[in-house]
Amino acid sequence: MQRNHNHTTIVTVEKVIDETPTVRTLVFSDEVMSNVLPGQFAMVWIPGINELPMSVMISDESGKAAFTVRKHGPSSTGLFNVKVGEQIGIRGPYGNSFDLKEGKLLLVGGGTGLVPMMRLLTHVKPTDDVTVLIGAKSKDEVFFEDLANKLLANNAHKVIVSTDDGSYGEKGFVTDLVERHVEQTKFDGVYVCGPEIMMYKTVQSAHSRGTFVQASLERMMKCGVGICGSCCVGEDLVCKDGTVFDGQHLSQNKEFGKFHRNKAGILENY
Amino acid sequence: MEPNLATSIGPISLDRPVMLASGILGISLDVFNRLYRSGAGAVVTKSLSTEPWEGYPNPTIFSVKGGGWINAVGLSNPGAEYFAKMIEPNKDVPIIVSLVGSIPEDFEKMIKQFENCKVTAYELNLSCPHVAKVGLEVGDDPELVKKIVRTVKNSTNVPVIAKVGLGTTHYLNTVGTAIESGIDAITAINTVRSMAIDVQTQRPILSNKFGGLSGTPIKPIALRCVYEISSKYDIPIIGCGGISDWEDAVEFFLAGASAVQLGSAIGDNWIDVFNEINTGISQYMKKKNYSKIEEMVGLAKKS
Repeated sequence: MQRNHNHTTIVTVEKVIDETPTVRTLVFSDEVMSNVLPGQFAMVWIPGINELPMSVMISDESGKAAFTVRKHGPSSTGLFNVKVGEQIGIRGPYGNSFDLKEGKLLLVGGGTGLVPMMRLLTHVKPTDDVTVLIGAKSKDEVFFEDLANKLLANNAHKVIVSTDDGSYGEKGFVTDLVERHVEQTKFDGVYVCGPEIMMYKTVQSAHSRGTFVQASLERMMKCGVGICGSCCVGEDLVCKDGTVFDGQHLSQNKEFGKFHRNKAGILENY
Repeated sequence: MEPNLATSIGPISLDRPVMLASGILGISLDVFNRLYRSGAGAVVTKSLSTEPWEGYPNPTIFSVKGGGWINAVGLSNPGAEYFAKMIEPNKDVPIIVSLVGSIPEDFEKMIKQFENCKVTAYELNLSCPHVAKVGLEVGDDPELVKKIVRTVKNSTNVPVIAKVGLGTTHYLNTVGTAIESGIDAITAINTVRSMAIDVQTQRPILSNKFGGLSGTPIKPIALRCVYEISSKYDIPIIGCGGISDWEDAVEFFLAGASAVQLGSAIGDNWIDVFNEINTGISQYMKKKNYSKIEEMVGLAKKS
């Protein structure tokens, strides 16, 4: 029988990979999640702790998928601490996905915003010329650089890392790199996921030059199915209309890059 | 001639009979505008409290096998004062402000905060089944219902609706008390207290353990309640509970409702559901030769 994506499926964590001291990838077997489109997400239940929206990470084994989590608050730390053999619940996949253009592509990821970018890399064509920009605070927090290079082994490609403190790769914010790249190269598609200010600047850089750009948004999410309204950005619901939005659309949105909502639904400045 | 979808719920007039139910999508004026453009006759806000409430941690929602949802969002809302400022610019969308509180003074205070807003009606949430000291705990106390309805009616000239549900006090008695106290209309019903347990981890799924069941499983119950209320009392009724298509909506009209609200159907079919239901109702009316919604209201009671 076909699985109802709104029902919670319990899976067992089979492998835990330490990406950095604060970032881990949890691998589990699930055919549905192994095939999700880049940009889609799952609601992940950590029994007794919380349920979180998570982008679905790839696994190099067929039939398997993963979540990459940074320990931050109690909920993400709860997921971070899940050990091999422990169970979590998943429902979904939810949301739309990136429209993949062909030709010269620029992918920009910051922190765990790299997750949908890695999945997107598994969908690029061998003829695409792909540049990946990875933003991190410091050397300790860089991850997925090797993975990006591995996934692009058969493509013309560049993987460039920037760190805010200059301890690895180029020094400075990844958005400065974005600005330089979109100025120098006419990209056929720009894709971004990460902290919202980073996405806002990337969308501005690309959209102002008439370049096709899409961003995968993140918001406070409770239901994931378009009922609770917590994830609204202007009149859009991230869980149902997104997570991926075009730069054209986002440039008209009054809240993108400026406000997010707290748990009570009050708009707060970024 | 095209049938007219306009309807009156006592003193409340709407161009279309299908509204957004409280608790659903209700925290942004931009989203209200979108819902109105998508065919909603009115939007009912999230239930607002005197102070902002964060609600419960996730999981706050569970999809029931065979249909329906159990939710315990915990009445998260930005508070009446913030909300009133947000909707102040609204001119076009019929907004029904849902209020939740423990004592009459809570409601009185909040209504003052909406003085500069265009409010179509207030809906008093007397039936939320998953938050202590408000909702059902208020609805189950006839003296408190009486005091709250009287206070609210004395505080505003805007029509006031009471939303009732299945608690320990028989909902028909709560309806009776609300009518005696001057209520203008009744919304029936709210979600029904329920729960879900995961057999693998052997835990209740919702963080609050208990939540409110909504969607198709409660439709026959809600329909029965509307029929019973309209049989016993002469009060305008808004039907709510498991309405997912035009046939469900028409069933509620035939049982005695002058309008309906929906929520879970949005989780199942997204926002397009409003226009789909409006179109279905219109086609049904054409076929049956009705020119107005009110010609259908309560027809099932004839037999």
